[in-house]
Amino acid sequence: MTPEQPTGSAAEADPAPAESLIDVQGLTVDFPTGEETVRAVDDLSFRLTAGQALGIVGESGSGKSTVAAALLGLHRGTGARLTGTVRVGGIDVGTASVRELHRLRGGTAAMVFQDPLSSLDPYMAIGDQIAEVHRTHAPHVSRRSARERAVAVLDRVGIPDAARRSRSRPHEFSGGMRQRALIAMALACDPRVLVADEPTTALDVTVQAQILDLLHDLRTETGMGLVLVSHDLGVVAGSVEDMLVMRGGRAVERGPVGTVLSAPQRPYTRELLAAVPRVETRRVPVASTAVPSSASGGDVLLEAVEVRREFGRRKDRTVAVDGVSLTVAQGETLGVVGESGSGKTTLGRMLVRLLEPSGGSVRYGGRELTGIHSDLQMVFQDPVSSLNPRRSIGESVADPLRAAGTLTDAEITRRARELLERVGLDPRWYHRYPHEFSGGQRQRVGIARALAPGPKLVVCDEPVSALDVTTQAQVLDLLAELQRDLGLALVLIAHDLAVVRHASDRVVVMRQGTVVEEGPADTVYDAPQNPYTKALLAAVPVLDPAEAALRRAARRSADSGVLRAAAR
Amino acid sequence: MTDRFPGVRFAAKRLLGAVLVLLVLSAALYALFYLVPGDPAQLACGERCSPAQVAQVRGQLGLDEPAFAQYLHFLQGLFAGRDYSAGTSLQHCAAPCLGLSHQNDQQVTTLILAGLPATASLAFGAMVVWLALGVGTGLLSALRRGGATERVLTVLTLAGTGTPVFILGLLLLMAVCAYLQWLPFPSYVPLSQDPEQWAWNMLLPWLTLGLFESAKYARLTRSSTLEVLAEDHIRTFRAYGVSERAVVTRHALRGALPPVIALSALDLGSMMGGAMLTEQLFGIPGLGRLLIESVRSVDLPVVVGVVLVIGTAVVLANALADVLYALADRRVVLS
Amino acid sequence: MLSALVLVALAAPLLTALSGQDSYTYHDELVDSASGGAPKGSFGGVSGEHWLGIEPGTGRDLFARLVYGARVSLLVAAGATLLQVVIGVSVGLAAALGSRWADQVLSRVTDVMVALPMLVLAIALTTVVPDDFPRPLLLILVMGILNWGGTSRVVRAQTLTLRRLDFVAAARLGGSGPLRVVRRELLPSLAAPVITYASILLPSNIVLEASLSFLGIGVKPPTPSWGQMLSTATTWFRADPMYVLLPSVLLFATVLAFTVLGDAVRTALDPREASRLRVGTRKEKTRD
Repeated sequence: MTPEQPTGSAAEADPAPAESLIDVQGLTVDFPTGEETVRAVDDLSFRLTAGQALGIVGESGSGKSTVAAALLGLHRGTGARLTGTVRVGGIDVGTASVRELHRLRGGTAAMVFQDPLSSLDPYMAIGDQIAEVHRTHAPHVSRRSARERAVAVLDRVGIPDAARRSRSRPHEFSGGMRQRALIAMALACDPRVLVADEPTTALDVTVQAQILDLLHDLRTETGMGLVLVSHDLGVVAGSVEDMLVMRGGRAVERGPVGTVLSAPQRPYTRELLAAVPRVETRRVPVASTAVPSSASGGDVLLEAVEVRREFGRRKDRTVAVDGVSLTVAQGETLGVVGESGSGKTTLGRMLVRLLEPSGGSVRYGGRELTGIHSDLQMVFQDPVSSLNPRRSIGESVADPLRAAGTLTDAEITRRARELLERVGLDPRWYHRYPHEFSGGQRQRVGIARALAPGPKLVVCDEPVSALDVTTQAQVLDLLAELQRDLGLALVLIAHDLAVVRHASDRVVVMRQGTVVEEGPADTVYDAPQNPYTKALLAAVPVLDPAEAALRRAARRSADSGVLRAAAR
Repeated sequence: MTDRFPGVRFAAKRLLGAVLVLLVLSAALYALFYLVPGDPAQLACGERCSPAQVAQVRGQLGLDEPAFAQYLHFLQGLFAGRDYSAGTSLQHCAAPCLGLSHQNDQQVTTLILAGLPATASLAFGAMVVWLALGVGTGLLSALRRGGATERVLTVLTLAGTGTPVFILGLLLLMAVCAYLQWLPFPSYVPLSQDPEQWAWNMLLPWLTLGLFESAKYARLTRSSTLEVLAEDHIRTFRAYGVSERAVVTRHALRGALPPVIALSALDLGSMMGGAMLTEQLFGIPGLGRLLIESVRSVDLPVVVGVVLVIGTAVVLANALADVLYALADRRVVLS
Repeated sequence: MLSALVLVALAAPLLTALSGQDSYTYHDELVDSASGGAPKGSFGGVSGEHWLGIEPGTGRDLFARLVYGARVSLLVAAGATLLQVVIGVSVGLAAALGSRWADQVLSRVTDVMVALPMLVLAIALTTVVPDDFPRPLLLILVMGILNWGGTSRVVRAQTLTLRRLDFVAAARLGGSGPLRVVRRELLPSLAAPVITYASILLPSNIVLEASLSFLGIGVKPPTPSWGQMLSTATTWFRADPMYVLLPSVLLFATVLAFTVLGDAVRTALDPREASRLRVGTRKEKTRD
């Protein structure tokens, strides 16, 4: 029974230390679902020495989260079938008694989850939740000192005015604060290793940097180990020593993070790395054949003048977009970046008039827009909700043509098939339904539908944020290709700074409903003027561990006030 | 601390809304029952009245006035009381006046007050049964899911939801009173008269109504407990080694019980109007029986009065349920 | 089980012809007038002629009355359900898609309709209707008009959710007007929750009809109805337990069967389960 391991590198070659904190041997996890069984993890082995940090990286469906849950025995009683052994802190998780398991959970290994809002009890004060968990592992501690401990750990993770805030409930905290609170809960138990499953995926980039810095500091301070599960190579690069690349439940490659990222051995790892858009590399200019493209000098196609949008009435009114002016020239790509709440999505919807501005105006071809215009189309973020699940993808693409009512039925079907083919789908899939397709394929259908009315400008609202990184690159390439061939103007709205740089001629940086910086992409990225833009760029995770360490140091020493203010 | 103020304001707003709804409801009922069908004066007077007698009755009841004025009089009676002249004598009908019964000239308010204690005894007793039994089985089947216990309980609750209350009552009556003869056939004894007899005689009605309702509560408790147990924050506490019992009592119940409490308030409200079927079956002289009898004898003022009282109870219970729900789940108030 | 029941109801005249009995003829000779009218013979007077025995007091054939009772029950319940769904969908759509003001008014009305105890209003309403109005139709109307609140709530909530989804925005951008959006994007997606809800409404309507008849306010004698039979049975359960048990069992089984069916429909139409089922059924539709 010697499972064949992928030819690894350093970590595997190291003589195993006498005491490994985590020792996983030949772990296989099957989920029985009706007729068939889904194998989520397939014969996986790895070790973690005390105090070490391991990153587990993979795209969706790679089984990385299943591994994290298996470390704490969370599959027990769920119907999942596990084989192989998982030992954590000397306890065999598979055979441990309930009592041992309870001691292990939190006491030896503590978990930090992805979505900090739903991971906390909405009805209970945060301090009480932490105190409860603490008392579970230290039963003799009085209620009062448990509360004191809760306040102390909250203070440690950087919650300002911890004593008062410990009485708040989760919904009164911001996303970053909730994640800090979850980390505080883990700290309260003094675990030997922290298992963090996508701990920063739900967070903005500046907050993500703070949380990763916090994890780094805590490790240095307490010497605890870390298992960091993430889809984002950049997040892992700056936070761990070793990494494990997973695909389809199997380990593809493992080794010191620097080695894997700079000299990947496996084709899949290389593919993954190549697909990651880098914020530091300049865009390769798209050689446009249809329309002479220029940075900003082309004919103005669409113009927004001081547009505003408010939501709610009277006292509850919030301003989502507060006087934004911008222009989009024919055939160019304008990138719009901003964190959550910056108003970028609202702005995008106003540009195509799905939303009516509360003030200001949107002009298309010199004329004021009064309603929806077939020249202005949109590609949506969520590949699930943007297609009607009850209509075949061909019919979804054909819908705008049918609504226009100028073509015959045969012409419509033919045109829809052409469009499907144009976006890289098989036209024979016309009669298939959205659920039969992957996220990337659905996004292609969405693009085909947007092209159907023959638009001049397409607003893409986070077109790739729901996709895996390799799919992301393919969809971005498709958009660039279509732009080149059809002379489309694109407005690319995204939170990911690297994606925007990768695809844009000009960039607009938004914050709290206003534009803070605007200019040619390379100028904004290489020489940002606004402190907020600088803070954003400084927070972007980079793939080079050495560079990541430098940036971390820079963030700490440099004007941390800016960062804090920016991320508030 | 700052939550207090919006909480109170929410409750006040909700109660004000309830009062408005009641006013609209009373107008609608009044319109429906007094203005649409036949001739209320004829009904009040009886089948064999001569046209002259009918006209006289119409005058006494103020039915010759325009509709709007009639409704205003009705409201006036409701809030300030009004006088009725029955032939030569004058009857004063005090503040919450709902008119006079066509059958025996008794005040509707009096009739309703007479029926209230029986109805209240039935409703509260049944609530104890359904809360204990329904919530208990619901919780048990949620916690023992996957096991034989759950399957048995699921079948039982499914059977319970499929049994109309009068069938359940009839079968209980047959089994307990006719064959086993454990209990005498129930006949209502007021609590004020003999508490012990009251309890013995109410036992079967309580069981019937309580059992019937508890199927619904078992289902609700089970589904809402399972829903909460599937939430992410439950996973957090499990992942921190908190024992299953503590997870359920401290975290799951807090989320699972508000809908149960809210529904209880609602049901109690509608039962104050009488659990008609149960009252009819066991011969309990409550509001439900009053309504059925007045419907049979086409005694419109009593029908309107009882329906209004029931409406009031329901609308108030609704408001109460909302407020309770908001108190239990503070996120509702804030959003 | 269910199809057998519906079949029985549909074939009532045939079945009674087969048994040679109708539901209205009195058989005074078969009841024991000395004991107040209890049926002669064992098990409520079961015999070759009267398969399930006879009704105490009158001696009418129980089998015929039960079979015809099924007819009334199912007819009234199905009619009421249909009416409830039609009203509920219209009101729910109007509330979700209309102006803020319309939504406020319609939602409040719906709240009241949901909250008020239906039995009470149904009983009260039957007082104001002339006696010669056909009773089954009256029951359908009363139940339909009083109990659409739940459907309306489901439709409103579902429509509000659907309306925010990106595929509706995409349809608007593609040039679909409001009516086209409702017809092509919203209504097809509403079908599943509405059918699910209707399958829950149906058994509750059967119970309601039986309850009204039990209280003597439903179907008028001599038209047979299960609820009405049970109402008379309250006075007979010592002398003739069969007369209580038979309609009880039938009613119970019917309601239970429809409840189980409702659960099955809900599982089948659950969006999480639907993806498997949808593949086969929908393809044919779009090919035409």
